[in-house]
Amino acid sequence: MITVAIGHKLNAYNGQQLLRIRQDFPEGSITRISGPSGAGKTTFLKIIAGFIRPDKGTIIANGITWLDTDAHISVPPEKRLAGFVFQGYALFPNMTVQQHLEYATSDPAWINRLLKMGKLETFTGQKPAYLSGGQQQRLAILRALATRPKLLLMDEPFSALDQPMRTELIHELKLLFKELGTTVLIVSHYPQELEGLSGQDLVIG
Amino acid sequence: MDLTPIWLTLKLAGITTFVLLAIGLPVARWLSRGRSFFKIIIEAIITMPLVLPPSVLGFYLLMAFSPRQGVGKWLHDVFDIQFVFSFQGLVLASVIYSMPFMIGPIKSALQQLPVSLSEASASLGKTRWQTFIHVLLPNIKPSLLTAMVLTFAHTLGEFGVVLMIGGNIPGVTRVASIAVYDSVEQMDYHTANVYSLILFSVTFALVIAVFVFNKYNAKSPLT
Repeated sequence: MITVAIGHKLNAYNGQQLLRIRQDFPEGSITRISGPSGAGKTTFLKIIAGFIRPDKGTIIANGITWLDTDAHISVPPEKRLAGFVFQGYALFPNMTVQQHLEYATSDPAWINRLLKMGKLETFTGQKPAYLSGGQQQRLAILRALATRPKLLLMDEPFSALDQPMRTELIHELKLLFKELGTTVLIVSHYPQELEGLSGQDLVIG
Repeated sequence: MDLTPIWLTLKLAGITTFVLLAIGLPVARWLSRGRSFFKIIIEAIITMPLVLPPSVLGFYLLMAFSPRQGVGKWLHDVFDIQFVFSFQGLVLASVIYSMPFMIGPIKSALQQLPVSLSEASASLGKTRWQTFIHVLLPNIKPSLLTAMVLTFAHTLGEFGVVLMIGGNIPGVTRVASIAVYDSVEQMDYHTANVYSLILFSVTFALVIAVFVFNKYNAKSPLT
């Protein structure tokens, strides 16, 4: 169970607004997060991952306090080990597909399974600059899964995928999430693209 | 023809580049992250050699490291180290004088990398050091090379600073730029021409190499 109670001031085009969220995310659950642009969806994911420190609040993950602003506790992102799929992919330009996964895990069997799932087996030697948008997005998802995260934060993870690829990948991901017991938070502008990923909904803004 | 000044110059430039690389990487990384008044002061100090007359810098170094007073006397008495009129003094002066050429390009390149690269690496459980070595450094290779070549080439051309702190001791502190000046003073234009031509050729070859490495369209050594 991940319990989040945070308050954070956001700088919006029409002045400051407050991002205030109090929510429980049961272990193994999938949460679809939606809301208008600038409402703080990405900021919320980054606060959970530890990239942004909120003005106030607590985050408790499976009984461990990741954040408590009053007690000046903030576990760094590398210790939280929350998988993160970035909206802009954030792939490492110097690494090939294979190297991305090897950087995250030293388990070759797991790497092969992920490559197969993302249909990237034939692109292992390619760097991100030589992959299509869809391939880059799949690599970003595979890299985030490579550490077998207990918590996975996905920011617009399927936006560059065509319908058949998305449907197939979502089906595979569902099975994997169940196998790993991963708690998943997915931000999407288009909740309809998350068809097949049933769970709770959180609307921000 | 005595080629000692050329070898001495290349040795000085090589050591300076190596020392500055070791110092410059962590300092540039530190400067590239966030802003504070303290960082602005440090950055201004590092940038000063760009605008300060070399003779002024050389004068202050001469005063600071004179074995007759202050730090220089302490270093001489306690560690038997003398920076004035010695090769190690040239290295010290060159490191200070060329510091902005190493730190500037590296800092700018690190600042231009998207923050999300570091965040992605951290989300995989990697420490800041691992992220720096495996993600940040490989992605600023052209700027790193530019910084190293600029530092090396700038050290080759030093004159005022090295003359002030090192003087003109053959085989010890008489580097090529000073040898050129010395030869001209003695009306030996042939020797001055040979030293100048070698310095020109080495510098030109280095700059060409950077352009080739950066595939013509990446970072110009002038930016």
